[in-house]
Amino acid sequence: METILVLAHTEADGSLGKAALETLGAAKTLSASLAGSTLVVGLIGTEVQAAANQIAAAGAARLLGVAGAEFAQPRYSSDVLAVEALGKAAAATIILAPATSRMNRVLAGATQRLGGRIDTHATGIAAADGKPAVTRWYYRQRMEAVLSRTQRPWVVALESGCSAAFAGAAGQAAVELVPVALPAAHQRTTVTGIQAPSADEQTIRPDAKLLFVAGAGWTKKQADGQAHAAEAEQIILGFLGQTKSSLGSTKSLVDLSGEGQQVLKFMSHLNQIGQTGATPRHAKGLATCCHGEEPHTVGWRFINERRAINLNAACSWAQGKADVLYVADAFAVMRKVNELLAAK
Amino acid sequence: MPYHIVVCGSIVPDPLQTLEPVTSPTGPALKNELMLPAVLDPWAGHALFEAANLAKQHAGSKVWFVSMGPKAKLQQVMMTIAQKVPFELVAIDGPSSGFTEASEVAAALADAIQTIPGLDKAHLLVFGGWESASRGAGVTMQMIGERLGLVDQFQGVDKLTVRADGSLEILERIEGGKHQVSTCAGTPALLGWATGNLPEPPNNPQVGMLNMRTVMPALQKAKPVKLAGEGLAFASVSLPKQRRETRIVKDMAPDDIAREIVEWIKKD
Ligand SMILES: Cc1cc2nc3c(=O)[nH]c(=O)nc-3n(C[C@H](O)[C@H](O)[C@H](O)COP(=O)(O)OP(=O)(O)OC[C@H]3O[C@@H](n4cnc5c(N)ncnc54)[C@H](O)[C@@H]3O)c2cc1C
Repeated sequence: METILVLAHTEADGSLGKAALETLGAAKTLSASLAGSTLVVGLIGTEVQAAANQIAAAGAARLLGVAGAEFAQPRYSSDVLAVEALGKAAAATIILAPATSRMNRVLAGATQRLGGRIDTHATGIAAADGKPAVTRWYYRQRMEAVLSRTQRPWVVALESGCSAAFAGAAGQAAVELVPVALPAAHQRTTVTGIQAPSADEQTIRPDAKLLFVAGAGWTKKQADGQAHAAEAEQIILGFLGQTKSSLGSTKSLVDLSGEGQQVLKFMSHLNQIGQTGATPRHAKGLATCCHGEEPHTVGWRFINERRAINLNAACSWAQGKADVLYVADAFAVMRKVNELLAAK
Repeated sequence: MPYHIVVCGSIVPDPLQTLEPVTSPTGPALKNELMLPAVLDPWAGHALFEAANLAKQHAGSKVWFVSMGPKAKLQQVMMTIAQKVPFELVAIDGPSSGFTEASEVAAALADAIQTIPGLDKAHLLVFGGWESASRGAGVTMQMIGERLGLVDQFQGVDKLTVRADGSLEILERIEGGKHQVSTCAGTPALLGWATGNLPEPPNNPQVGMLNMRTVMPALQKAKPVKLAGEGLAFASVSLPKQRRETRIVKDMAPDDIAREIVEWIKKD
């Protein structure tokens, strides 16, 4: 009989975020398909009552919480003790958590403390023949595996966007608080803040419908023998401003900035998509001046509809990687796209 | 203050290679795995370059590079990496497959770190990549940290600054292209690096000669390790089936393409 613990941390406003609600949704489905299993929720935050009330209708047998000012901030040394305490208090055999940066930082360390095993970046968990199985990718989204484990607790970090979020009426929930003492050795680190580009410079938008990828071609010499980085910048920013798309880049383009070449100023390696970059989730993706080589396109695994604009009909997008490849000058096309968008 | 920096890094198949899963007696593996050219795992590479840079700025510091992989492959990768920055190799002769069990790998690496002669835990920084290009789980370093008793851990690190009082300021990647800023009282600490800020160092034959003096003996005495993958069962490993039917649009005017794209963007 499995005891499924859903772990979640509160957001700054004390509520549970989308990723946490999706994990709860997945856990409910899993629990329903594992006869005799019990669903328990464990919450971490300054205060957890509001979050507990938000999921009062989830049908959890127990709602546990680790609360206090020390647990407000994402910090390994405090979070690891919180996760460990919740795992033990729940006597959990399966622990599901959203793959947020906060959970990803700490879950494996906590698993080690609990004597369990862990799988992260899971894209699904489902019961087959009464046994849970996890789906995840290996070799940077190049092959997909389905695996199961006999060890418990089995900790699984679920990627967001893979299951439907729990939606239920809020209510009044009773939380069992689990006390966690924080020794001095666990207070050597302080989170002092967040560094973020200003709102209009922020080009990474995980919730956007469209991912717009710029490749090194934007900075290369064009038909007239000149590079046009300034115009490229203007076109790209214009497009992002009008569509609120998320901006992705190839490795080549962000590496150019490191080498001090003429580049797009708003681009950093945080924008990089691919093997050594991000694998974001968006409904659509448009690649421009990007060759579409494998180390880049593995980062497109979770982009549903894909189109590309490239001067070269033989670029890699043509090899079954895009739905549509427009063989054209991206400067000309995107200039017109911006014009059309502005006119509407 | 001098640092003792231990960098953990594995080797992975060159990303330009086509990979195909096969079933082996010990579980899933890659087709022709031992024939595939290997490279240093990119994020671990950033960790190594950051470590060397930090060591250079703090006299008396030392960098160890701890790596588990098939001996012959390790040797091949070391031929290039050893040209880049000074380090002492600690080699473990074992699998480098992404399908190995992370907790078993962590145990082997932690054991190797614990037996490094003269390692000063009070000045210890353990570095690694925040994820590998093979398993890509981001869990091994955390488990190594726990085994070494390190509770100041950071993942997705892009910047480390040592302040005048010896405390560390660390930038970690979080959601939405932002960084979380933390300060840690000082060593010991564990950092899983993302890209960092340094370009790949050029080859330096002198560094290569120096490194080779320890690389070859380290490879010779590499401890063989077998991983059992206990309790772990793969039901399937498959390549994505989906190869798209690419529509290649060749002779459309840019204005018409623009119209089609705008329509596509607007469609739900
Ligand atoms: C270990 C390793 C890891 C890597 N990881 C990544 C990764 O995470 N992400 C990544 O992106 N890459 C990665 N790469 C690099 C990858 O192999 C490619 O080199 C890179 O993606 C190429 O970038 P690009 O397409 O922007 O540049 P290029 O290959 O230079 O292509 C530029 C393209 O622009 C087109 N172009 C130029 N002008 C125009 C125009 N006016 N209109 C339309 N098209 C135009 C050209 O036809 C060309 O196809 C990795 C490589 C290695 C070895």
